[in-house]
Amino acid sequence: MSDPETETRMLRVYRFKRGDGGEHFDEFEVPTGPRTTVLDALRWIQLNRDPSLAVRHSCLHASCGTCGVQVDGHEELACVCAMRDQGQEVTVEPLANLPILTDLVVDMDEFFARFPDEHPIIRRSEGEYVRLEDCIECGLCLSACPVAATSRHYVGPAALVAAQRLLEEPRGADCEAVVDWADRPEAAWGCHVGLECTRACPADAIPAERIMALRHRLTLDGKDGGS
Amino acid sequence: MSGSPAAELPGTADRAAPGPVHHKGPGPAPSGWLDPRGRGLGGRTFALHRITGIALLVYLYVHLGVLSMLLIGRSAWGDFLSVVTAKGFLAFDVVLMFGLLFHAFNGIRVALVGSGVAVSHQRALFWAATVIGAPLLVYAALHVFGGT
Repeated sequence: MSDPETETRMLRVYRFKRGDGGEHFDEFEVPTGPRTTVLDALRWIQLNRDPSLAVRHSCLHASCGTCGVQVDGHEELACVCAMRDQGQEVTVEPLANLPILTDLVVDMDEFFARFPDEHPIIRRSEGEYVRLEDCIECGLCLSACPVAATSRHYVGPAALVAAQRLLEEPRGADCEAVVDWADRPEAAWGCHVGLECTRACPADAIPAERIMALRHRLTLDGKDGGS
Repeated sequence: MSGSPAAELPGTADRAAPGPVHHKGPGPAPSGWLDPRGRGLGGRTFALHRITGIALLVYLYVHLGVLSMLLIGRSAWGDFLSVVTAKGFLAFDVVLMFGLLFHAFNGIRVALVGSGVAVSHQRALFWAATVIGAPLLVYAALHVFGGT
């Protein structure tokens, strides 16, 4: 007997495998219950329909930031995005503005490459990245940012927020160097106040507000983006 | 066996190539900012601000081009005026006024938010601009169509 609370939904999933031709969408009918998340549905597909579907995830509770995808165009962490809140047909795509490794997995190297190596905006510990407070480095803000969709040179919200966070609490860091890094057209002045980063952020790091605080500081310091 | 085993596998070069960058939007890569899916007030006003900005820039050059008709002569200018003062064409003036008002008022909002002065009031600023701009647009429309 089938569970009365279970209903079948159609998942349109973006597919891309290097060397296997172009991009396309595959459709899967997936049984979903009241607590089924998008990640649950994707894992169901892996287990029952197509084991070649690549999805990155780890913690399953919105802490690691690895399962970011676009669900019907919205940036979401798949592990906490409920299927019941979606329509009967749900389109799942990889994050935008980052190179795709395979299927729903993007190359986060380009996300972290936007953080300046010469300034320790993300503090390192024995060569590994250490998390900022609040930010889980999921990349959703970069995917949602309309400016990043226009220019690949824009450093994006996460790096700017990291800079502002460091300026809020320098702990001996070289603030002037960070300010100079941020005072560029493709950094703090590249933001056009779309505010989508704050909407997308699953960790309440309020990126847009912090970018504006950074610009406020730059303005008060008489910085003008080098113009 | 001779040679590198990896080099003998078919499609090795294709698999080593970097993958595509996925973009939002209906067209090529730069159109991502146009995609309305998943956008909030900030993203939609951003897109409309950019659209009205581009439209106003295009209008400026069209306007300058049209004014050059004065060089052709009085009759050419008169013929042109008879076309643009037709009721149907005047609707474009209302669209132009909308673009001007939106771009101007949203520009003030963006400046206030973007300089860190009123970051937490971006939504209120939008509605304040709407409350001021909408009556101005109605007044302009009435004026354009000769209602005042």
